[in-house]
Amino acid sequence: MPATMLDRIWDPHVVADLGGGWSLLHCDRVLLHDLSGGRALEEVLEAGHRIARPDLVFATPDHAVSSAPGRTAETFPKGGRLLAGLRARAAETGIRLFDLGQDGNGIVHVMAPELGIVLPGTVLVCGDSHTCTNGGLGALAFGIGASELRHVLATQTLPQKKPRSMRIRFEGTAPPGVTPKDMILAAIGRFGAGAGTGHAVEYAGSAVRALSVEGRLTLCNLSIEMGAKIGMVAPDETTFEWLAGRDFAPRGAAWDAALRAWRALPSDAEARFDRDLVIEMRDIAPQITWGTSPEHVLPVTGRVPDPAAAANAEQRTAWEAALAYMGLAPGAPIAGTKVDWVFIGSCTNSRIEDLRAAAAVLRGRKVAPHVTAWVVPGSERVKRAAEAEGLDAAFRAAGFEWREPGCALCVAANGEAVPPGARCVSTSNRNFVGRQGTGARTHLASPAMAAAAAVTGAIADVRQLAA
Amino acid sequence: MEKFTTVSGPAAPMLAPNVDTDVIIPIQRLVGTGRTGLGPHAFERLRYLPDGSENPDFVLNRPQYRGSPILLAGPNFGCGSSREGAVWALMGMGFRAVLAPSFGDIFFNNCFQNGLLPVVLPEEAIRRIAAETEAAQGARHTRVDLVRQVVVTPEGAEIPFAVDARKREALIEGLDDVALTLRVQDRILAWQAADRAARPWVWQPVERGA
Repeated sequence: MPATMLDRIWDPHVVADLGGGWSLLHCDRVLLHDLSGGRALEEVLEAGHRIARPDLVFATPDHAVSSAPGRTAETFPKGGRLLAGLRARAAETGIRLFDLGQDGNGIVHVMAPELGIVLPGTVLVCGDSHTCTNGGLGALAFGIGASELRHVLATQTLPQKKPRSMRIRFEGTAPPGVTPKDMILAAIGRFGAGAGTGHAVEYAGSAVRALSVEGRLTLCNLSIEMGAKIGMVAPDETTFEWLAGRDFAPRGAAWDAALRAWRALPSDAEARFDRDLVIEMRDIAPQITWGTSPEHVLPVTGRVPDPAAAANAEQRTAWEAALAYMGLAPGAPIAGTKVDWVFIGSCTNSRIEDLRAAAAVLRGRKVAPHVTAWVVPGSERVKRAAEAEGLDAAFRAAGFEWREPGCALCVAANGEAVPPGARCVSTSNRNFVGRQGTGARTHLASPAMAAAAAVTGAIADVRQLAA
Repeated sequence: MEKFTTVSGPAAPMLAPNVDTDVIIPIQRLVGTGRTGLGPHAFERLRYLPDGSENPDFVLNRPQYRGSPILLAGPNFGCGSSREGAVWALMGMGFRAVLAPSFGDIFFNNCFQNGLLPVVLPEEAIRRIAAETEAAQGARHTRVDLVRQVVVTPEGAEIPFAVDARKREALIEGLDDVALTLRVQDRILAWQAADRAARPWVWQPVERGA
């Protein structure tokens, strides 16, 4: 019987059938971060349990650490206390921690792929909803809450129900200015912020095959913004070439054996999905969000929607509230809207290719005088690689601040925030009310679009700058 | 975990779609604080005005819905972040059940782990409960009965709902998942031993670095 990649990873990880559709699922990797990691370890120990497999657990501070140049753990004292707890508990339980400034430190969903901690065919969990990012390497990766995190630390398993399967195929060639971020935002705009609820999404099609691993990680990152806690891309030669030689990737005979298994993971051509969707690449233009849900998204050439055109009363009320919060008028072109801040970073778009794409737009240009522009590399390695090729200098020359790795302005848990009422074009993943700071107005876009907004001082179509 | 059998009270309507967990509890409230004391911060960006006073237009500030144990919500309630603090904040505000057409997957799981019952009901049923509650100015109560798996509307109509059998039992009994799982620890260890032979690359690199 034809199988999906979801079947091929899920089924062998079932340790026990718990009945009623429930499986006890083995988790091959657990990632911890500073916001919840220390407390989770503490609670497991306080309950009298042991950490089941500390060698399969990896920790990094990212959420509540300052991104200021020269920062230490104490730059943001509340976060410093969380990190102190994580350090102490990780040391006590024998969990590897990649600390601030060390090789390997970074945003958890940037550093884990980068170090080869994430491998195709593995089940991976983390107390963070953007864990779906790691599916870009062909892993089955999902975010969990604090209770499930305690469970997995104590048992290395989780009771789970198998999600339904969904496939989104992106077919054709990317038009100019269209990046993986635009692909996934366009999908969320078309299918809705709840379209993936209860599903594991596999991204496929010729345009996905053509993506780099970095691009696939970006694509999978926003699965949760479509409601799906799992997103994945089948591993292929691009994946294997990218993984080879990474710190925790297998070597020698183990690598050869792994490759044979990984090549058998992709869904069969005749596999059936519970939902099967397709998007033609020629229909996608560079995207920008206008409201307070990722489904509030437009091509940059579009106009702010009119609540009078909403499908029902609740949607109309939601659109009206979004427009009021965002300070936008119905029917106005989104391009040309003046911006105050630009943020390039987050587990969505802070990898080396993202920084290259933004820097390419900046060359020979300056950030508009009224714009505050930050770039926060996703990891210590991304930062060092970018510095080695002079990207930091290009950002600085244009007027960007070049900062230290972390989640920073994506989640504003580290004392840094976009000021109330300020408008920010951001390469992150959530434009929720208050996400980047109380009263902050977020427009999600690709790194190139963010750079275009920085230099023009307004939401701008990157294709016109490239010309 | 708090046990759950039935809850009764005015059902507070907040029917906007896509209410995310950042709106339910801002991340700043979860940095370096425990799970208690979050109730006053639930929905704080909607609930209070910039000067810190209560926003009279926010539905949960209306006298008839203060301390409501039941929240009526729109589609995709609790989407976004995995923060379990969203559940702690709702419970801190007094909620024991949320009725919505659909929920964010991670939030939905987190609810059960703490004794907050998420009930999936058709949109029409939610509108009906909201209308009946509003008509009575909140004086007539809705009852959510997990044992019988029905919601009783203010007018007395019974609306059955589906709930996962395992989750239902865990809520009624107040069971701890970890203790249950550790009963099959032998099977976990056996699975790991077999997997180590079948997929040594999943295990070896970890050992090499140790």
